Amino acid sequence: MTIASTSIDGAPIAAGDRPLLDLLSGFIEELRNAGLPVSLTENLDAMEAVTHIPLEDREAFKYALGATLVKNHSHWRAFEVVFEVYFSLRGPEYEIVDGDPSADSGESDDDQMQMPGEGQAGGGGGGGMSALTPEQLAEMLFKALMQGDDAMLRALARQSVMRFAGMEPGRPVGGTYYLYRTLRNLDLAGMLDRLMEATREDAPEDLTPLEERLERDEFNDRMDRLKQEIEAEIRRRLVADRGVEAMAKTLRKPLPEDVDFMHASREEMANLRKAIYPLTRKLAVRLARKRRHGRKGPLDFRNTMRHSLSYGGVPAEPKFKFPRPAKPEIMVVADISGSVAAFARFTLHLVYALSGQFSKVRSFVFIDGLDEVTRFFEGVEDIGQAVHRVNTEADVVWVDGHSDYGHAFGVFWEKYGKEVGPKTTVLILGDARNNYHASQSWIIKDLKHRARKVFWLNPEPRAYWDTGDSIVGEYGTWCEGVHEVRNLRQLEAFVENLV
Amino acid sequence: MTEPNVQFDDLDGVRSALADADYLADAGIAGIVYLAERLGKPILVEGPAGTGKTQLAKSVAEITGSRLIRLQCYEGLDESKALYEWNYKKQLLRIQAEGTDAAWNDVEDDLFSEEFLLTRPLLEAIRAEDRVVLLIDEVDRVEVETEALLLEILSEYQVSIPELGTVQSTQIPMVFLTSNGTRELSEALKRRCLYLYIDYPDLDRERQIVTAKVPGIDANLADQVARIVRSIRQLDLKKDPSVSETLDWARTLVLLGVEQIDAAVATETANVLLKYRTDIEKAVKEFADNPDELAGPVG
Repeated sequence: MTIASTSIDGAPIAAGDRPLLDLLSGFIEELRNAGLPVSLTENLDAMEAVTHIPLEDREAFKYALGATLVKNHSHWRAFEVVFEVYFSLRGPEYEIVDGDPSADSGESDDDQMQMPGEGQAGGGGGGGMSALTPEQLAEMLFKALMQGDDAMLRALARQSVMRFAGMEPGRPVGGTYYLYRTLRNLDLAGMLDRLMEATREDAPEDLTPLEERLERDEFNDRMDRLKQEIEAEIRRRLVADRGVEAMAKTLRKPLPEDVDFMHASREEMANLRKAIYPLTRKLAVRLARKRRHGRKGPLDFRNTMRHSLSYGGVPAEPKFKFPRPAKPEIMVVADISGSVAAFARFTLHLVYALSGQFSKVRSFVFIDGLDEVTRFFEGVEDIGQAVHRVNTEADVVWVDGHSDYGHAFGVFWEKYGKEVGPKTTVLILGDARNNYHASQSWIIKDLKHRARKVFWLNPEPRAYWDTGDSIVGEYGTWCEGVHEVRNLRQLEAFVENLV
Repeated sequence: MTEPNVQFDDLDGVRSALADADYLADAGIAGIVYLAERLGKPILVEGPAGTGKTQLAKSVAEITGSRLIRLQCYEGLDESKALYEWNYKKQLLRIQAEGTDAAWNDVEDDLFSEEFLLTRPLLEAIRAEDRVVLLIDEVDRVEVETEALLLEILSEYQVSIPELGTVQSTQIPMVFLTSNGTRELSEALKRRCLYLYIDYPDLDRERQIVTAKVPGIDANLADQVARIVRSIRQLDLKKDPSVSETLDWARTLVLLGVEQIDAAVATETANVLLKYRTDIEKAVKEFADNPDELAGPVG
């Protein structure tokens, strides 16, 4: 890790005589831009902390900054990305050089960033590999994965990026594109099969399924490490090409609680799913506490008189009734058609995780038909599983499987309308994109008369409401409130107010 | 305020010292302990249950030869349990013993003196003459309002008692706060601390922990245990197995005289590792000899 010291001294943006300080200020600025709440004290702490750390120890440097600046584990990923960009290894060997062995040779002469020879020579571990054929490279990769040789994997990651990513200076393409190109050439799925095959042959006897499973997990783990190396390598090269600030801006990702439900990538979705369980637990604890520590109930006259006897009839110790705030009864009516399905899933998950806070929860899902799905959640420990069943087993298609709010509400009113009572709070989830069908908004009006409250949660940004076939405004007139709920943070805030 | 007692020379020193006390720290843990020592700041340790948060404080106390003072937090913890309390009964006795002729001022001065003060963990840590490590365990269990009690101690290392004045610490104790993350701690508290997140260890570290903590386990079995636990953590479970549960499982296997873990053994002993019925079912289903997914290539 000796290169790190040069990275800090030789940083290109470091102007003036205090390069480290300037670099750190830029770093913290970027953290704030990424949404991390870094206070002034924490900033000062970080500055002090790094003076106690040997600067050439990159790992320790990272943890010193992390411990002083990041106070929430879910922000760690965002911190790591910014750190990688600002304090990545730098040097001429990371310049993007045209004319990689496999790249098209036609475009190698038109750029001022080209550094012939130098880049290759400085490539250290990768330097000796540029002469290999792709088959030999694949063979080396196979061996490295088989033996779990980290140093070799790192060198191979560099080599594959140089060969396969086809990076060109100044080209405005994100890192994911290069990652995809590199991985496509490496064919890791095929590699996994070969690895498993070889393991089976090496084993003295047949592998039990358990052993097989463990080996597979081990190889997957090594491949993940390889992917991370490749990603880091691409990032280093991009930083060298475009500069720190521009790169940090490109890589900036929303924090998990700010990820938009409707536009989450698959990876973000997985992170959201992971985030929802701790979130519900926290929320449940907070709500239970609020309930318990709420204001005292009215004066309990009988109890006070009884206790006054021990003071000679003086009511010295007033007694109060326990507060019994009514638990609301919840009916969730959710649109689960394509674009808003993810949102409905999270809301159902959250509402059922908190079902202890409500006296009763019933749920209905619709696209153009409507079905009650409460049964999927009854006596189930694993809410995630139940939500999955809702999406696969509920009978929600009436004609063509395109959202028809009017018809769905009609069915709801006809079948379940009588069961809505003065204690019921109705939550309607959806973007109200009705495909120009009849709105039937009188149902919502009647529903409001009958129910305690009717809320509409819309996962679309407020600016898009009532554009195109969205008629949320028409329905919204009859609701207590129409809320924009695009991310976990907003969902959490809404549910907390609801209880 | 006095200087913190610097006891660790460098990062590796901390790590090896912790390893000597049978605590296998990774680079992050050792680095932050070292920093906390240097900066004289408390460490807020968060992470899933059973990953060695409390143990870290104990081990640091052990290697620095300090006394461990522990404050276990719970809902309803208040000043009189955490900081100090006046010994009311003794004060009453004092008044009665005095009789009626004493001047009020003398009695009053006397009543609120050190003699009648009952120290609780936080004050005790501040007043200690010897070296102490203060562990405030499961700080997420107290109410948000009670957290404020800690703020003065954590930033100034002092306690203000209205009747006596301010008690300043003679040395800066190492302070560890642990939290299981059941609620978000206040910004004010977090700002005063270094933040350390202890996650489940990676394969190598878990294997080392198992080898170090379970006597009589052979390398092969420890490796298998660590690998199976890693695979189980990748499943989508209600509660992932913690390090302490891994250790329990390893001990169980050693006691049973198991040398090689196969599906049958894993199924029988899964209840040591996993505590929810659905989790056990899921894991057993996943690791039993299920032919549907894997049989193709084998056959």
